[in-house]
Amino acid sequence: MKIPLAWLQLTREKVRLLVALAGIAFADILMFMQLGFRDALFESAVTFHRSLNGDVFIISTQSTSLIAMRTFSSRRLYQTLGYQGVASVEPVYVDFSLWKNPENKKTRGIMVIGFNPDDLALDLPELPSQTDLIKIPDTILFDRASREEFGPVPQLFAQGQLPQGQPVETEVRSRRVRVGGLFSLGASFGADGNIIASEQTFHRIFTNRTRNLIDIGMLRLQPGVDPTQVVAQLRQALPNDVRVFTKAEFMEFERNYWAEGTAIGFIFTLGTIMGFIVGTVIVYQILYTDVADHLPEYATLKAMGYSDLYLLGVVFQEAVILAFMGYVPGGVLSFFLYNMTRQATNLPMYMTLARAVTVLILTIIMCFLSGMIAVRKLQAADPADIF
Amino acid sequence: MLSTNPQITPVNLLEQPADQPVIQIRNLNHYFGTGSLRKQILFDISLDIYPGEIVLMTGPSGSGKTTMLTLLGCLRAIQEGSLKVLGQELHGATKSKMVEIRRYIGYIFQSHNLLKSLTARQNVQMSIELHEHIPTSQAIAKSIDMLEHVGLGERVNYYPNNLSGGQKQRVAIARALVSHPKLVLADEPTAALDKKSGRDVVEIMQRLAREQGCTILMVTHDSRILDIADRIVQMEDGRLSSTDLNNSSAGS
Repeated sequence: MKIPLAWLQLTREKVRLLVALAGIAFADILMFMQLGFRDALFESAVTFHRSLNGDVFIISTQSTSLIAMRTFSSRRLYQTLGYQGVASVEPVYVDFSLWKNPENKKTRGIMVIGFNPDDLALDLPELPSQTDLIKIPDTILFDRASREEFGPVPQLFAQGQLPQGQPVETEVRSRRVRVGGLFSLGASFGADGNIIASEQTFHRIFTNRTRNLIDIGMLRLQPGVDPTQVVAQLRQALPNDVRVFTKAEFMEFERNYWAEGTAIGFIFTLGTIMGFIVGTVIVYQILYTDVADHLPEYATLKAMGYSDLYLLGVVFQEAVILAFMGYVPGGVLSFFLYNMTRQATNLPMYMTLARAVTVLILTIIMCFLSGMIAVRKLQAADPADIF
Repeated sequence: MLSTNPQITPVNLLEQPADQPVIQIRNLNHYFGTGSLRKQILFDISLDIYPGEIVLMTGPSGSGKTTMLTLLGCLRAIQEGSLKVLGQELHGATKSKMVEIRRYIGYIFQSHNLLKSLTARQNVQMSIELHEHIPTSQAIAKSIDMLEHVGLGERVNYYPNNLSGGQKQRVAIARALVSHPKLVLADEPTAALDKKSGRDVVEIMQRLAREQGCTILMVTHDSRILDIADRIVQMEDGRLSSTDLNNSSAGS
């Protein structure tokens, strides 16, 4: 093995190396957090869609996202029963209203999901055992992953289950409701909390709504039927006041709204670019100082007969070593920061392999870019100057 | 003006006939600057140096000694005249050919120019890696052996910062000579050293040159070391004059 000059040059100055690694780790954390927030936002935006228990979905053409749903006539939904492959249809209602914190009586916007209790519109593990509960008028299920501002509902509910306990009651849109049970869905950027109500209760809360206007039409297909074919068929057949999606397309539609229809996608992408630039500058500083400090030595190596290519190699090896060594602490710290963020915000922020690889590649590109700028200094290493 | 130079291989460089000069200079002129600022530094220089010779070059500063050394060391392109090093014509040589020839020349600089991040042994090994493809264990053994030759057997794992000036210069000599170059170019290697260490350094160079049969061209101002030379050439205002010491006082 040849003498690992790049490694030795870097590790000789321990303090400088540590500063460099801290800088790269910082840039990595910045990129990890920005990308993490962005993806968590997109992921949280489709948590509801993901748990929907259907194959094909119909929404109004005017609906842009879950937080801005326009209703459409349920006739459109029942029309689809006439087409081949459609097994059953179910309407799903989604609306926002004010929830009163049962403890301090402060109100806050919450998402209300309504559907037929005889049909499991949402595929959530705790739902099947609790559908009978929401058949009782004005009884709802509360999302325990909602933000804390809605009040300590899960704790109050647990106390209410005790023999002499009081059931949790509060107001939604000035209607008195009772918490009949709990489920877990999770807060999103659009909705801080969720409750589930039966169709009947939903309309008792939203007295202003007409019963035959629905938000989401959900279709279930016969076994073995390809959803994309049914979607293509329905797009042809239905008038253009509704949009037809497969489940994946429905999720993509929501994601696109947040990514392109709002500034949020842009902001987090910009944040990632900032992290990238900060990292590039830090690595450049380190590599430039290294080349400048060792200029007479590099000139000596040239005089001895080492080629320019060898010296370029040394600088780029240093760049790659810095990239990997900075990435490890950056990644580990980000992992813990993700856990903290998840606990603080209930956002689905997880370290994914795809993102870990993305940031690693960005880090390597970052270090290479800095290396490319720094090696220009190498041209100044003229061996004729050192005699 | 481009002449077709024979392909350089280690073989034809190392197997130079003993009666051929290691350095052959004919009518060499060199200028710095362009246009009205153009100034001639070297005037019509011709010189032959034969294998095994130790030649000292003296002269006042600014006389062109260092310029000549950089031309000989393939660190600068030849402008006028002919310069052959180890049988290779340098006039019109390509950049890659110049890099190639540099590998067969040992350099010792006024300041040691050791790599600060490497130990004495690793510094010497850098030179071996440029020339030979031998296993690491052999390269290490060879480096240590060379450092023992210059009297630094106890200091092989020291970093340059922990060595004295004389010791650093001895590491630089070990680095220059470990690959048995046919030609060693030295630029005032004793300038930064006290009398005793300066003397030690040149004696080591002289001994190793005799052992390896290599040729040394040393630029120096140091009158204390003139006795090691076979021949002294004097540079003044870019012109050479020569004194042959072997005829007057053979053997010092």
